[in-house]
Amino acid sequence: MSAQEPLFANNKTPADAPNLQRSWVEPRSLLNLVLSGLTWIAAIIASVPLFSVLYGLIVRGGHRLSLEVFTELPPAGFEEGGGFGNAIVGTLVTVGIGALISIPFGILAAIFLGELEPNGKVAFASRFCAKTLTGLPSILAGVFAYALVVMTTHTYSAPAAGVALALLMLPTVVLTAEEAMRMVPANMKNAAYGMGCTRSQVIWKIVLPTALPGVLTGVMLAVARAAGETAPLLFTALFSSYWFVENGKADLMTPIASLSVLIYNFSGMPYDNQIELAWTASLVLVLLVLLFNILARVLGRKKV
Amino acid sequence: MNVFEEAATGEEISGPPSQADYLLDRSFRGLATVCAWFIIIVVGLLLWEIGAKAVPAIGEYHLGFLTGTTWDVNKHTFGILPEIWGTLYSSILALAIGGFFGVSMAIFLTQDFLPARIALVFRTIVDLLAAIPSVVYGFWGIFVVVPFIRPIADWLNAELGWLPFFGTTLSGPGMLPAALVLAIMILPTIAAVSQDALRQVPYRIKEAAFGLGATRWEAILKVMLPTASTGIFGALVLGFGRALGETMALAMLVGNSNQLSLSLFSPGNTLAALLALNFPEAGEREVPVLMYAALVLLLITLAVNMIGTAIMTLTSTQMRAGK
Amino acid sequence: MLGVVLNVVGLVPASAEEKLRLTGSGASFPFPLYSAWFKNFSREHKNANIDYQAKGSGAGVLDFINHTVDFAASDAAMKPEEIAKVQGGAVLLPMTAGEIVIAYNLPGNPKELKLPRDVYPDIFLGKITKWNDARIQNANPGLKLPDMPVTVVRRADSSGTTFVLTSHLSAISPNWKNGPGAGTTVNWPSSDKFVAAPKNDGVTATIKQTPGAIGYIEYAYAMGAKVAMADLQNKAGQFVRPSAESGAAALASAQLPENLIAWVLDPEGEQSYPIATFTWMLFYQQNAAPEKAKILREMVEYGLTEGQKLSVKMGYIPLPENVVSAVRAAAKKIQ
Repeated sequence: MSAQEPLFANNKTPADAPNLQRSWVEPRSLLNLVLSGLTWIAAIIASVPLFSVLYGLIVRGGHRLSLEVFTELPPAGFEEGGGFGNAIVGTLVTVGIGALISIPFGILAAIFLGELEPNGKVAFASRFCAKTLTGLPSILAGVFAYALVVMTTHTYSAPAAGVALALLMLPTVVLTAEEAMRMVPANMKNAAYGMGCTRSQVIWKIVLPTALPGVLTGVMLAVARAAGETAPLLFTALFSSYWFVENGKADLMTPIASLSVLIYNFSGMPYDNQIELAWTASLVLVLLVLLFNILARVLGRKKV
Repeated sequence: MNVFEEAATGEEISGPPSQADYLLDRSFRGLATVCAWFIIIVVGLLLWEIGAKAVPAIGEYHLGFLTGTTWDVNKHTFGILPEIWGTLYSSILALAIGGFFGVSMAIFLTQDFLPARIALVFRTIVDLLAAIPSVVYGFWGIFVVVPFIRPIADWLNAELGWLPFFGTTLSGPGMLPAALVLAIMILPTIAAVSQDALRQVPYRIKEAAFGLGATRWEAILKVMLPTASTGIFGALVLGFGRALGETMALAMLVGNSNQLSLSLFSPGNTLAALLALNFPEAGEREVPVLMYAALVLLLITLAVNMIGTAIMTLTSTQMRAGK
Repeated sequence: MLGVVLNVVGLVPASAEEKLRLTGSGASFPFPLYSAWFKNFSREHKNANIDYQAKGSGAGVLDFINHTVDFAASDAAMKPEEIAKVQGGAVLLPMTAGEIVIAYNLPGNPKELKLPRDVYPDIFLGKITKWNDARIQNANPGLKLPDMPVTVVRRADSSGTTFVLTSHLSAISPNWKNGPGAGTTVNWPSSDKFVAAPKNDGVTATIKQTPGAIGYIEYAYAMGAKVAMADLQNKAGQFVRPSAESGAAALASAQLPENLIAWVLDPEGEQSYPIATFTWMLFYQQNAAPEKAKILREMVEYGLTEGQKLSVKMGYIPLPENVVSAVRAAAKKIQ
């Protein structure tokens, strides 16, 4: 006796069962294949210039990378050797001040825009202003900070640079953080409210930790951009060929070196030594940002 | 075991907030409100600063400034129409290229086309490119991009020269090299923020689509992208803003010539580059004119954002209503 | 108010044994030379650190008027109305000089292209559009010039270099004077064969990358980048090669008035190179502290002695003797 044939609805036979095998010729499947292929091609085309820039940086800047670069002061004119240790310190200080200003303000504003009152008039105006700030040319930020800080204190300084950079970093931080906070699932927040949390507690303990990766993306993008900006620094921090900290004292209200201004200066000089150092400085700048990115990712792993 | 122990003591796990909690809550919310106001105040201050400095120029040149095409310091005739055109042309072109490749890169990196580890490494490298100083991009453009597209440009001009887009020969710096480098500069921003938007979409929504028999791309196009659309739009806004305001790289690559042309190969000029190049040496008479140009740039950013928000509201209403 | 807070919080009071920090800003043309001077000077004088940042002559003058720096530098000196704005009076001292060369990029790299006096203004006016134009070819019988369009590379940013070149062109060509005229930015002919690049290095890079290009850059940059330079015909009718000697010959004919501001727009002399200029350092007559004034005077002396030796090596023109003594005398005004 043969095994019982399974019973199909409507008295159909096994031969009538739909074929669940994917057929490559079927239009939907074909479209899928074509689109996937196009995406691969698009990714490769986009990567070519990206890797070309990085490759250029590594090739031209790599061979001068040494301890000397971190410990020496910038060379002048026909001098050989030299480094840009003071510029590295300067970039850390100026971007640090800029981050100290823009990150707290930005995240708090994003909390307002994304959580507290996303649909109010104030939120609308604030969001609009943030979007308008994205288009601010870096030189205007520099001019603004010059009028605000440099002319009142009668000196170039790192805090002035921090103000200019903060202006450039703020929109990125605010807009990205707001988006990240909006995407936090409502049921998580509702559960917290149900347990008797105040709105601040919900934000502090639920929304921020969940949105942290998105917020950090904004912070990283903002910091990366600020580290590479030249025009605002020319109007606020100028440049210095000496160390920031001398004999244990640091004067915050004097011009300070920075990697981006160093690159601007050296790339424009007709001497090979300086041009090579400019490329190395670009490489060091990118490596610094890489370090910061890795640190941020490690510290900001999703806590919830 | 612990849970029962806690329950046995009779202490409540959940309960209404205490007085201290309320105080903290109020102050924290107040702080957040202050910060949101801060942004509005900063932009207001900025507009006031620039506007105040621009008033003498506005009074002198009125709206002719926006339609004039010469920039002659000696004869005191100023006009920024070529710059307005250049800003819009280069930014829209850059957004089209950078936006397309950025979003497709984001899809590529988040939709399981690559193993997770490799995708992370790739993403880190792309993020790094946001840190490269504009000066370096400028040099890369002059030394790599321009020689690269020169043969293509010459061929296009020879064969298809009747099309206004290929009407002139490439004399070196020009609109196309500038737009290409600008696209590369905004690509990391667009890709990073879009990736976040796509990653935020709960996986079960995608699974539901698969469960209904969708192919991978149907799930991406009809489910993932629409859900992530606000985030992706935000990414495009950030990218476009950056393109409008980019200064140093464009100053080196756009050719800085007051040409109003549809041709991709002719040199042009942008408002940000004009500002950056003329401000350091501007005398008393020129500063108000440059501030007027800066005001125009800010107004363009405002207008573009308004149009974008309007489009966004329209499409999302359509989606909610229709589908 | 913000300024007061920052001043109180940030300032570290300077004590007697602390190093004096002096800051200057301005022209980018002499930047390589000045930064070498200041670095050597600071090394020898342990009590001072001098910094200089290139941002452009105009920005330097602005800083000088606003008292945000201790000294400044400008390729275009200062206009009388600007000098009047400086509280405490200004002392302008020419510290070094340079010449502007016309660099070009032709296939086959022909050296010593000769450009007659009436030809090069017309190239910059856009009237001569091909390299094998009869007027250029006739001046260069030994060279076979190609049938290529001329791409003129000019400065995108306003600059003292443009000011010097256009002043010279205004002096020798009435068409130029009535057309674009002289200035840090001028209205160049509107043609897609006129491209612009920022700063000397941008123009140099663009010339090197564009076949058939011609442009104007400072001598030091042409030397450093090894770009071909043209021989220009001077007032006496001679074709002169750009060099330190021909530049010095041009400057020797300069008559320096009381305020030490002089231009050699069209120098006399057989050996003179036609386009050369001084560049000035700007000091306050009344400085914030007598120690600062002393350091500045010592710095000027250094520039006039050791500094001049360095200038030839780096591609600048050494100051003629009469200029050196005039500057030394005027430097006493810095108090």
